[in-house]
Amino acid sequence: MPGNGQAVLRVQDLKTVFATRAGDIHAVNSVSFSLQPGELLGVVGESGSGKSVTMMSLIGLLPMPPAQVRAGEGHFGGNDLLKLGRKDLQALRGRDIGFVFQDPMTSLNPVFTVGFQIMEPLRKHMGMDKARARQRAAELLQLVGIPDAERRLKDFPHQFSGGMRQRVMIAIALACDPKVLIADEPTTALDVTIQAQILELVKELRQKLGMAIIWITHDLGVIAGIADRVMVMYGGQVVEYGPVREIFANPAHPYTRALMTTVPSVRGARAEKLNVIEGQPPMLSQHPTACPFRARCPQAFGRCSRENPARYTVAQGHDTACFWDHETGGERHV
Amino acid sequence: MLSYTLRRLAFAVPTVLVISLIVFLMLDMAPGDPTASLPLTIPLEVREQIRISLGLGEPVLVRYFKWLQMTLVTEPLHVLAGLTGWDIAPDGPRILSWQTRSPVGDIIVQRVPQTLWVVGLGYLFGILIAVPIGVISAYRQYSWFDQVGTFVSMVGFSVPTFFTGVVFILVFSVWLGWLPSMYDTTHVVRDWSSFVFQVKQIAMPVAVLALFNASQISRFMRASMLDNLNQDYVRTARAKGLGEQTVVLLHVLRNSMIPVVTVIAIGIPTVFTGAIITEQIFRVNGLGDALIRAIYVSDWPMVQTITFIFAILIVLFNLIADVLYGILDPRIRYD
Repeated sequence: MPGNGQAVLRVQDLKTVFATRAGDIHAVNSVSFSLQPGELLGVVGESGSGKSVTMMSLIGLLPMPPAQVRAGEGHFGGNDLLKLGRKDLQALRGRDIGFVFQDPMTSLNPVFTVGFQIMEPLRKHMGMDKARARQRAAELLQLVGIPDAERRLKDFPHQFSGGMRQRVMIAIALACDPKVLIADEPTTALDVTIQAQILELVKELRQKLGMAIIWITHDLGVIAGIADRVMVMYGGQVVEYGPVREIFANPAHPYTRALMTTVPSVRGARAEKLNVIEGQPPMLSQHPTACPFRARCPQAFGRCSRENPARYTVAQGHDTACFWDHETGGERHV
Repeated sequence: MLSYTLRRLAFAVPTVLVISLIVFLMLDMAPGDPTASLPLTIPLEVREQIRISLGLGEPVLVRYFKWLQMTLVTEPLHVLAGLTGWDIAPDGPRILSWQTRSPVGDIIVQRVPQTLWVVGLGYLFGILIAVPIGVISAYRQYSWFDQVGTFVSMVGFSVPTFFTGVVFILVFSVWLGWLPSMYDTTHVVRDWSSFVFQVKQIAMPVAVLALFNASQISRFMRASMLDNLNQDYVRTARAKGLGEQTVVLLHVLRNSMIPVVTVIAIGIPTVFTGAIITEQIFRVNGLGDALIRAIYVSDWPMVQTITFIFAILIVLFNLIADVLYGILDPRIRYD
């Protein structure tokens, strides 16, 4: 599905730092990627790898302070998101970029009706009057598969189940027909059957509405099922980036390969223990000068602790940040 | 909700009755003699006759039920008749204050307006000051505004009103001479200058109480706002592209008000009880002042009745707080 036209979102060298009392935490380090119209980009990585912070930095949803976006560009529809004023960014959020968050149980305001919360962006961004917004809100609820939509607008969030609330969140995110939908682990808090339903819904909506989607997750299975392209993050950096088939067929970065081995197989004998990647992800107190994965990497060698690898192209549209060449089984000569 | 409220009301009745019994018996058993303040020249037999004429010769339970019946039926009907002019006042004896010989109900009716004006305004201003301070302090946590606000509210909360009251009198009445130190109840507002005088004489007691109440409520407000500001739904509201004003003053404030409103409701009875000291300092002859004076001279009917009214108010406003909670928070359904 990826189009070849101009990217809807192009991020260049994004750096985000949290200035805490104990010193700076470099959460996002020189992240670059682009998003084509209509494509679904899967962002994978373990907790603390900077997946969410990258996306939140772009649209100013991080608490500042302590967060600071120190450098970078985020081109979106002729604007640089990182240079926009507060008001302009506000006008963009919810209208051109929609969000779905991880925990549907707490992401809706408990004291307002679901209808009110869906109508809010409609009235603010589309200038609709109450009646018109209510009608559209009912359509949206129907679109995300909530039966008896008209009546349910008057219900409060606690009267919905977790999966239904996530559908409501999706309805809010899609209210103004955004160009980009950012979904931050939208199925993590849901049980697997509901997860599958939400995935189906998103696939279906994508076909109907054709927006580009950034799907943040740590579940490779989900990525394999829906993504067009995959961005693997580790230690606040992009370590591998490429089309989904390519990544699953020829993972180039040791971290990506390690992630693949952690997925339990449904065939064959059951493993005694689940596979894990030994060690802890790094907390970066300064801009990395060496490969952040070296301490946990089976292939690490001298150069990895002296230099931070850049992203090297390994195939058409597929790059990785690693000095080790998996193809040849030796050092990459760059 | 309605059935819950009615159920709670029904449950409040035995509570109030038990309180009334305790209040009556405690005071009945207390040492102190209503004739003690009379001249020593009155012989013992005469004192005994005075006691009997006050109704003290009857057994304690008889006196309790008579008092209860008069407090709950006779006095309220007399008060209502006096206020509306309806002919509903029942015949028969009323609760008489031992010190003044006039019916307790009438004294209370005379005293309540002063208390409501002075102490009620103090509470109202306290709330009006506290809510914005709490909101801004929380939104700009650790800013200089928050630091100053937190410090002032800590001082305001920990320094008792009898101290701030005296300091106010010293500064504004004695040193500066701007405001009168005593509250003149007989003052009538007729024209502009008498209105200005009324404002002047009410300013200090109201300020003292407002400071105290605001300190307490602003801390609640701040804590409650802080609890809510980091919630996920706030991020959702921002992600929808709503302005900061809408996010904070609609989404966050609406949630933060739930516990604060109930605290305010529960605090309303203290408008009456807690002001006893402030009324003494500024010589406001309100309900608290009446209670203190009655205690000095062992005027038990007066003390019993006022204490009982306080108890009813506390039970009532606790009930109101519970009902408000249910109205404000859609997740709470009592039925």
